[in-house]
Amino acid sequence: MNLALEPISTLRARLRGREICPRDILAAIRERVEELNLALNAYVHHDWDAAMAEADRADLSLPLGGIPVAIKDVISVRGQPCTCGSRILQGHVALYDATVIGNLRRSGAIPVGRLNMDEFAMGSSNENSFYGPCRNPWDTSRAPGGSSGGSAAAVAAGLAVAALGSDTGGSIRQPAAFCGCVGLKPTYGRVSRYGLVAFASSLDQIGPLTRTVEDAAIVLGAISGHDPADCTSVDTGVPDFAASLGGGVRGLRFGVPKEYFIPGMDPAVERAVRAAIDHLAHEGAEIVEISLPHTEHAIASYYIIAPAEASSNLARFDGVRYGHRAKDATDVIDCYAKTRQQGFGKEVKRRILLGTYVLSSGYYDAYYLRAQKVRTLMRRDFERAFETCDAILTPTAPSPAFKLGEKLDDPISMYLGDVFTIAVNMAGICGISLPCGFTGGAGARLPIGLQIIGKPFDEATILRVAHHYEQTTPWHRERPPL
Amino acid sequence: MGTVNIDVAYVAHLARLKVTQEEVEAFGGQLDGVLRHIEALTRLDLAGIEPTAHAAPIHNVFRADQPRPSIPPSEALSNAPLAANDLFITPKIVE
Repeated sequence: MNLALEPISTLRARLRGREICPRDILAAIRERVEELNLALNAYVHHDWDAAMAEADRADLSLPLGGIPVAIKDVISVRGQPCTCGSRILQGHVALYDATVIGNLRRSGAIPVGRLNMDEFAMGSSNENSFYGPCRNPWDTSRAPGGSSGGSAAAVAAGLAVAALGSDTGGSIRQPAAFCGCVGLKPTYGRVSRYGLVAFASSLDQIGPLTRTVEDAAIVLGAISGHDPADCTSVDTGVPDFAASLGGGVRGLRFGVPKEYFIPGMDPAVERAVRAAIDHLAHEGAEIVEISLPHTEHAIASYYIIAPAEASSNLARFDGVRYGHRAKDATDVIDCYAKTRQQGFGKEVKRRILLGTYVLSSGYYDAYYLRAQKVRTLMRRDFERAFETCDAILTPTAPSPAFKLGEKLDDPISMYLGDVFTIAVNMAGICGISLPCGFTGGAGARLPIGLQIIGKPFDEATILRVAHHYEQTTPWHRERPPL
Repeated sequence: MGTVNIDVAYVAHLARLKVTQEEVEAFGGQLDGVLRHIEALTRLDLAGIEPTAHAAPIHNVFRADQPRPSIPPSEALSNAPLAANDLFITPKIVE
């Protein structure tokens, strides 16, 4: 048994039975990281000695006692580097724990390492990292997805037991689909964003990436809850997600939106997702066709709102208080401008420019305000849909993992790949991606993701459906050929 | 679809971002493409639709105005590119 590949429930039982200690799990992970990280580049930093010391103090009676959880490089862990995949934060050390890290520690978990990502979480391929691209463990010539590519690759390849990622337009779910693991974006307000370096504040959420749905339920339970330090954190009860997994799907009604099966999508994706829907029907669920008529405007409105908020949030990176500073500046404005020129990569610059443009004088009403109105329509689409169904089934992405470099200089093509995940962020609801099959034919076998979208704060239902699907299909047992 | 001609140099100045002539050209073409895609929204009838700033069902969060512990200056300055006397050092901003 390789401890790095076991689910949390198994590790927990063995830890409590004193068959193993937390150090054993860390040692197993470390061994795999040393063997595979050179090829995958999933971790950009780790400090095994610090993690081992923390493991020795772990309280095994707690829900995640002694379980290591790897962290995307955008979530602050006191005393550890936090670079957001950017040159501008090279060498930056976080001064405090994000609330999710405090919550993990209180559950007994050990935050481990810093996982690769697209710079400031902007990207769908992990190629926009200053620290080099992360690679897909199923085929290292392909992208792991993004922006939480390091989180998904590490979990899928057994370089982590579980990981935290962040999702602004699909950045947890799409890499989970590409790498064949489970990724959950919670409802906006479910999980505190305090200590998450902000990208688009009205859309960002932190969530788990894991190998099983039960593990996602356990980690989500640990990180959720009201936080006075985040004014968008909602004071609502946190159900025992793991306890309600066994309810099955009989009697549930699932909507299948006709707008989510589009011309040009990969036929293998469509086949696998249609088969998953048939499977859930066979298991006793009722399937109804629904319509989300404003889906076609999701990408356009997202690529106004997200860059606008990013251009404002990233104004703080000016070389004064932290991070890189240009050396040869003539005055303070020149210092800001050169620091940002040297510190930011191409995609971040594109989005800062786009965001600054749509917010500039005379354009606010035409772009940002208009996009916010479209967001109202998209939210209403889902409200109406959820009057007739308990959850919505869709593909997570229109294609499996693409080749590294394939879309790098074609931002529109890259953006269009987010078509099925963005609406969930815009509406502020929850969604989970889990494996539902593989591509066939010649070449590498690549995982395909099924997305299950839920009502606001109803993560319990999508986890229950995902768990039932997972337990009645073979996909979660497949491991990348490493 | 109309042609948008984004003035990259001007927008980059607003964003306090220095760009090279090569970047002005490359970003200009790419951003025009993105903006043409976004233009589709202008065809939507949005009369009477309220904007949604964010999806959380909460507004105006207050906390008690009471002092609480904060990061000491030495730590707050620990990531600064240049600091002295408990202060960040910046290029001169007044004559």
